[in-house]
Amino acid sequence: MRNIGGTLVVGLGTFIAVLLAAFAQDNAFRLHMSVVALVLGLATIYMLRQIKFGPAPVEDKSGYMDGPIRVGSILTMFWGIIGFTVGVLIASQMAWPQLNLEPFLTFGRVRPLHTSAVVFAFGGTALITTSMYVVQRTSRARLFGGNLAWFVMWGYQLFIVMAATGYLLGITQSREYAEPEWYVDIWLTIVWVAYLVLFMGTLMKRKEPHIYVANWFYLAFIVTIAMLHIVNNLAMPVSFLGSKSYSLFAGVQDALTQWWYGHNAVGFFLTAGFLGMMYYFLPKQAERPVYSYRLSIIHFWALIFLYIWAGPHHLLYTALPDWAQTLGMVFSIMLWMPSWGGMINGLMTLSGAWDKMRSDPIIRMMVISVAFYGMSTFEGPVMAIKAVNGLSHYTDWTIGHVHSGALGWVGMISFGALYFMVPRLWNRSGLYSQRMVNWHFWLATLGIVIYASVMWVSGITQGLMWREYDAQGFLVYSFAETVAAMKPYYIIRVLGGSLYLIGGLIMAYNLTMTILGHRRDERPIPGNVAANVQPAE
Amino acid sequence: MGLLEKHGVIERNASFLLIGSLLVVSIGGIVEIAPLFYLENTIEKVEGMRPYTPLELAGRDIYIREGCYTCHSQMIRPFRDEVERFGQYSLAAESMYDHPFQWGSKRTGPDLARVGDRYSNAWHVQHLKDPRSVVPESVMPSYGFLAEATLETDLTSNSLRANAMVGVPYSEEMIDNALADLMAQADPELDSSGLLSRYDNVRIEDYDGNSRELTEMDALIAYLQMLGTLVDFSTYEPEANYR
Repeated sequence: MRNIGGTLVVGLGTFIAVLLAAFAQDNAFRLHMSVVALVLGLATIYMLRQIKFGPAPVEDKSGYMDGPIRVGSILTMFWGIIGFTVGVLIASQMAWPQLNLEPFLTFGRVRPLHTSAVVFAFGGTALITTSMYVVQRTSRARLFGGNLAWFVMWGYQLFIVMAATGYLLGITQSREYAEPEWYVDIWLTIVWVAYLVLFMGTLMKRKEPHIYVANWFYLAFIVTIAMLHIVNNLAMPVSFLGSKSYSLFAGVQDALTQWWYGHNAVGFFLTAGFLGMMYYFLPKQAERPVYSYRLSIIHFWALIFLYIWAGPHHLLYTALPDWAQTLGMVFSIMLWMPSWGGMINGLMTLSGAWDKMRSDPIIRMMVISVAFYGMSTFEGPVMAIKAVNGLSHYTDWTIGHVHSGALGWVGMISFGALYFMVPRLWNRSGLYSQRMVNWHFWLATLGIVIYASVMWVSGITQGLMWREYDAQGFLVYSFAETVAAMKPYYIIRVLGGSLYLIGGLIMAYNLTMTILGHRRDERPIPGNVAANVQPAE
Repeated sequence: MGLLEKHGVIERNASFLLIGSLLVVSIGGIVEIAPLFYLENTIEKVEGMRPYTPLELAGRDIYIREGCYTCHSQMIRPFRDEVERFGQYSLAAESMYDHPFQWGSKRTGPDLARVGDRYSNAWHVQHLKDPRSVVPESVMPSYGFLAEATLETDLTSNSLRANAMVGVPYSEEMIDNALADLMAQADPELDSSGLLSRYDNVRIEDYDGNSRELTEMDALIAYLQMLGTLVDFSTYEPEANYR
């Protein structure tokens, strides 16, 4: 009998969710647990149908464990599309407010869905998937713990489903990027500790004497996120059978704890983790060693040390005491250097291989990703200067900044990693189409450029309108006038986001066809070696 | 390059790498956050702050549920234009009972830190039901369903108790009478002496103009109408609270 253990666990989970729904103390919790029971119930039925009786075929456990990575690659693609689509929806809601459908699809509920879908569902699944791929290959060891990797992958997906459905039901702690309520947080803690054990266990059994630099970044990301997640989500539930909780901290302390978390969700989830990704896939695709070993040591320790301090720049000129604001600003500016250490190490890795920019669209994707990383890690310290922040804070400039990082850096490096991994994971001789990668590259790049520049214009316009005085010393604009002035920019932003989404859809098609084993009949890109390789059969 | 050569030790030992990273990333948070809990001048000395009444707290829960913070800040910065537009800049003391804080990070709509007492209840009802009927330029979603939704009150005293456990000074008496106080604040016909004895500076009104039932609209408007109205700025000394 095979697959019986997992089925039992998921079935038991379904039963517990049904019980929780039945004894729920508030409506939101009842609805939420019903949704969870439904999802787990469907999973149980599916898994029951997969149970096979009779002797199990001998599974080769000497090689790498790639099953969860294949699933993770597909899920990364899927969540990317969902996240970008929801992004286009909320961008449209800001341009055309009639698109808000109360109560479930209002901006206030969908916006956390968008941020979490992109950061945690797309980005998080990409990180877990690539880290499993990288740690095995750089350690020459199979993933530790047998089915632990499956638990991490599917357990994390359950977290995503609970978080996403919770937002639409109005279940939120209102802590940005940490919106899920206490019970979802507990589940994520369990999954995350399992992830740490999986990663550390694999490192421990490595056959390489050195731990490769990509794994330093992945490890720092995993352990720091554990610390941030636990501290920032400390809360007192109203009822252990209810959805609502109140944060352990209040007011100013709560604000700084949240932005210590919030900024380092950027610093460790969206930066350190993805630097790990860059340090493996960029040198592999370029077929060049990492430019500088010393630089990677210095910028690794400097980056993880300095990032943690930068949180207060989200609270400049607020009621946070000045000493903390000043510390946050100073460290944010210092952070520029180790950030660029990563960019330099990535870009210089291409020394002697720059010609591949012409012929290899995947390299092009990775290079522009590192370029956007450099740009947004320069823009960040600038915006952390108090005088600049006075203008930029509360405006769309921040939104533009986040998106040049998220779409440019995080998105593009993940696409590059997917294009690299998928043919190898399914033993294909190459991608379905190189030219589609090129299309994806240009659509996504154009989308980001439109998005970021429009948000600069709208953000700075907004900030200047708020503070504009006339000769008599009166404020020139009412707040409502500044809202009206944003409309054209919000419409153009929808265009930018849509281009990025279309690029993502092209990738999904391209990768799906690759997985299915097809090869597009197309004119090869001149000089592209990979495209000229004939199928093995 | 002696130091960099010694780094090889860390590169060969996953436990060293794990512990080293954890130590390095702990420092910033400890130095920046921990002092906020014991430095006495972190929170200004003010008069007038009190915990939320049960109805205001329920309204605040709805404010959080609907994600109002994604578009509205509650933190007026000490700039001339902000003070003229929204009122006295915000103090840390004004959110000392806020679990969690609602300072926000984006102003798609205006700051709400001092929206209390600025508009009538009827304006708020109309604005929440159809924002563009009172502010044509607005891009806010409509929240008409709040006027139809009966306020859930089963966990009212539990909510106060949870807040008390994380440090809000709710007395046992306040927790025991939470439901009665909640009802009394939304219905001027009821006896409000208990509510008034437990909480200062409370508005008692039928907030949504519908006396038949207690709705989520009642609670949300009760919360909005008290925002920024508690501290008595006539007795506040900015110089004494320099941080």
